[in-house]
Amino acid sequence: MEIAHQHATKRRIGERVISIGLACCGGLSILTTIGIVAVLIVETVAFFRHVPMWRFLTDTQWTPLFANKHFGIAPLVAGTMLTSTIAIAVAMPLGLLTAIYLSEFAKEGVRQAVKPLLEILAGVPTVVYGYFALLFVTPLLQRLIPQLAGFNALSPGIVMGLMIIPMVASLSEDAMYAVPQGLREAAYALGSSKLQVSLRVVVPAAFSGIAASLLLAISRAIGETMIVAIAAGQQPRFTLNPFVPVETMTAYIVQVSLGDTPTGTLEYNTIFAVGMTLFLSTLLLNLFSLWLRERFREQYA
Amino acid sequence: MYASVLRNDSISNPPSTAHDSPSVFAIQGLECWYGTHQVIRKVSLIIPERRITAIIGPSGCGKSTLIRCLNRINDLIPGFRMSGHILFKGRELDDPAIDPLTIRLKVGMVFQKPNPFPKSIYENVAYGPRIWELHRDRRLDDHVEKSLRKAALWDEVKDKLGQNALTLSGGQQQRLCIARALAVEPEVLLLDEPCSALDPIATGKIEELLLELKQRYTLVIVTHNMQQAARVSDETGFLLMGELIEFGPTEKLFTTPGDSRTEAYITGRFG
Repeated sequence: MEIAHQHATKRRIGERVISIGLACCGGLSILTTIGIVAVLIVETVAFFRHVPMWRFLTDTQWTPLFANKHFGIAPLVAGTMLTSTIAIAVAMPLGLLTAIYLSEFAKEGVRQAVKPLLEILAGVPTVVYGYFALLFVTPLLQRLIPQLAGFNALSPGIVMGLMIIPMVASLSEDAMYAVPQGLREAAYALGSSKLQVSLRVVVPAAFSGIAASLLLAISRAIGETMIVAIAAGQQPRFTLNPFVPVETMTAYIVQVSLGDTPTGTLEYNTIFAVGMTLFLSTLLLNLFSLWLRERFREQYA
Repeated sequence: MYASVLRNDSISNPPSTAHDSPSVFAIQGLECWYGTHQVIRKVSLIIPERRITAIIGPSGCGKSTLIRCLNRINDLIPGFRMSGHILFKGRELDDPAIDPLTIRLKVGMVFQKPNPFPKSIYENVAYGPRIWELHRDRRLDDHVEKSLRKAALWDEVKDKLGQNALTLSGGQQQRLCIARALAVEPEVLLLDEPCSALDPIATGKIEELLLELKQRYTLVIVTHNMQQAARVSDETGFLLMGELIEFGPTEKLFTTPGDSRTEAYITGRFG
């Protein structure tokens, strides 16, 4: 009896040590996030002490590194939106079609062979994609579109789209594959064709997962840095023309970080203000994705 | 377009049952495999029109496989193979000239676990008519109502047709699945243990409904619940390890079974 009691006490202490250890691990990543956000906020506040918020939001020029300084975020946001929109326009149809094929039409063997291949595509370093855009896709597109500049939004946008196809396809496929077999059988039993089952039953049933995968992909495109820094140019321009050089928020941060801007200056603070904008937009997207998932939560278990 | 291939014009009906009801399905020497595993062995039986035929037997005896042959939904399972003959109204069911999709228009199915689509109640019932383009607009509304009435669900859902079907109770969901199956106006309804996930009250409602549907449809029900078979069916088949041990009028099978294994099963000695 006494021995059993000792054992139980020992085990209880062991359990406690483990649970505290695990809590520390979890806490570390949370603390890191809090730290990053805190630095962002502090430096952003410092920026807005010199530049009023309304000018940041309404000015249409971004020239903090020139003598004639303008601090309008609009050109960088436009550049980011342009490249991301092109990327998602490429990735959404191709990614969803791939997902539908893999989940509903491909034989199990094909599915098991293709999925890892897709994930290899996701593992290519983005700098490779960047040079692929600059040195291969842009010259190729210039043959079709003569007025296309050497640096432009179109080419990195398309390449970014190719880069996020695996993400869209893989996550959407997971969502479709998880649709209960019973729903497919119900649809087949009513005389549906395979295409009808896929498009009218499986895709709607997996809607939340598909939407979440798309939002994550958009988030990824907005945050993508290397491809646009290399192939889109570094000229903040308030335009939605995909044929001319633009600069995205991420590319601007790279530009300043690589230069010799001294810490504590206003120029230095700009990257935090831009970073904050970037952070808020991806945060909003992720929250929206979460909300969608809640709203369309699959109620079948 | 779909009716022509199934019309029962050239070939006469196979021999009818003792009740002189014409046969809908005539199964002869049916054998089924999943891969190398044989699940149905030389099964022959005749399913009469507008009656309830029950298939009973212990778990794994092949009763689900058997009725899933009748709408060829087993075709979807990789590795499934069958031999023998199934005549549907005199016509070979796996005739390459017959599109399995059109068979499923005539032979509906209700599954063990209620499986409404995660759509509105209305959209669930309208699904079949929509894909077959049977009705539109106002007529579709009427048709949805008619189907829900046939499934004895209309009064419970008429004020919330736009609500998600998954908010209904299990028994209501199952009746919705019946309404959905009836909406394409089949001749046969296959029911694969339709009450096994339901409570006794919901089960009672479904059984009542089946007796009513018998007026217009041929029903084949698989059940592991012998009382249920005894309560609702006209004909019963007892399946054991893929073999049809006995098939005949329900009353006879339950009172004076012809085979000792049937007797052992219905008196609860195994299964």
